[in-house]
Amino acid sequence: MDFIDYYKILELPKTASEADIKSAYRKLARKYHPDVNPNNKEAEKKFKEINEANEVLSDPEKRKKYDTYGKDWKHADAFEEAKKQQRQSQHASGQQFSGEYGNDFSDFFESMFGGQAGSRSRQTKFRGQDLNAELHLTLNDVYKPHQQTLNVNGKNIRLSFPAGIENGQTIKVGGHGAPGVNGGPNGDLYITFQIENTTKFKRNGSDLNTSVDVDLYTALLGGDLLVETFDGKVKLKVAPETQSGTVVKLKGKGFPVYKKENHFGDLYITFKVNLPTNLSEKEKELLQELKKIRSHEH
Amino acid sequence: MNTDNLIRIEYFCEQYNVEFSFINALKESGLINLVVVEESSYLSTEDLKGLEKLIRLHYELGINLEGIDVISNLLNQLEDLQQELTAAKNKLKFLGME
Repeated sequence: MDFIDYYKILELPKTASEADIKSAYRKLARKYHPDVNPNNKEAEKKFKEINEANEVLSDPEKRKKYDTYGKDWKHADAFEEAKKQQRQSQHASGQQFSGEYGNDFSDFFESMFGGQAGSRSRQTKFRGQDLNAELHLTLNDVYKPHQQTLNVNGKNIRLSFPAGIENGQTIKVGGHGAPGVNGGPNGDLYITFQIENTTKFKRNGSDLNTSVDVDLYTALLGGDLLVETFDGKVKLKVAPETQSGTVVKLKGKGFPVYKKENHFGDLYITFKVNLPTNLSEKEKELLQELKKIRSHEH
Repeated sequence: MNTDNLIRIEYFCEQYNVEFSFINALKESGLINLVVVEESSYLSTEDLKGLEKLIRLHYELGINLEGIDVISNLLNQLEDLQQELTAAKNKLKFLGME
């Protein structure tokens, strides 16, 4: 556990007055408050540091203890003993945020001042803090409605997610965030999905793209081809004289549309014509003949 | 009308320790919607989270009503942009450019 320089956090000299501290705190809080920096983990971390620094420096008793023993926090107990006789109830005039973000202090703070912040917060009911979680799934997982058990705040909750969730999409699970403050309602749980795609299909919203190899003769003369879709194989007719790069659309064979049951996107298949290799003498002969016919006819 | 998902404004103000005049000013500015049932004003539980944010901006950061309005609009724009960014990233991934 490292020493934390609260003056540095509030960008103040050690001689700063109470008014300087209040002003610096308000200025930095406006800059880093999580409400004006949504989804910014760095700002949230910085805001907690600022809040903690203010908790200590705006309270004359805590500030004195910190100034005297800050770097030697391990000896702070002796200070506590000496103070016991003259302890009086003191209340600082500073402000402590009482909402979602104000009660999370560092180990350094807990060690020096105990587990609780001052009793200065407004005794109001607030929703608990919202929690953010990341869930890693595969494309196969989100092709069908997905059920997952998550451990949140020590409790197992079973969640069902609709099919067709997008990579990077965030879903709110109401009431599964941190417990409320002073009896307020629970916060919400926000789950962001990271979807890994290890299939041969490329996803574009609810459409899928893939490519299929076609041998030269099927491409030239036409024929049937068994192609893989996301949920099984289908027989596909290849038209005669199909060029390499031709795209065909299989309607409704793409990915499920989010929250629209039984609605699917389309599957786009690009044909890649494979030319034969290791030609035999006979094949070469026949191909030469074909070449001649072709040049005479055109 | 069913008031199961509604919170009476007087009760809300008492629990959250905020003045009714502030809630009224938010309503007048179009920042929140109140539901009137039999001459009493209610807040929908769906809007609770948004209102808590406005309260924090005002009481904790000392931002006035006009400032809250500007910030709310910018935050909405930011949210839209973040969604567009996620969609664009997925598109780039699809095109094999990321």
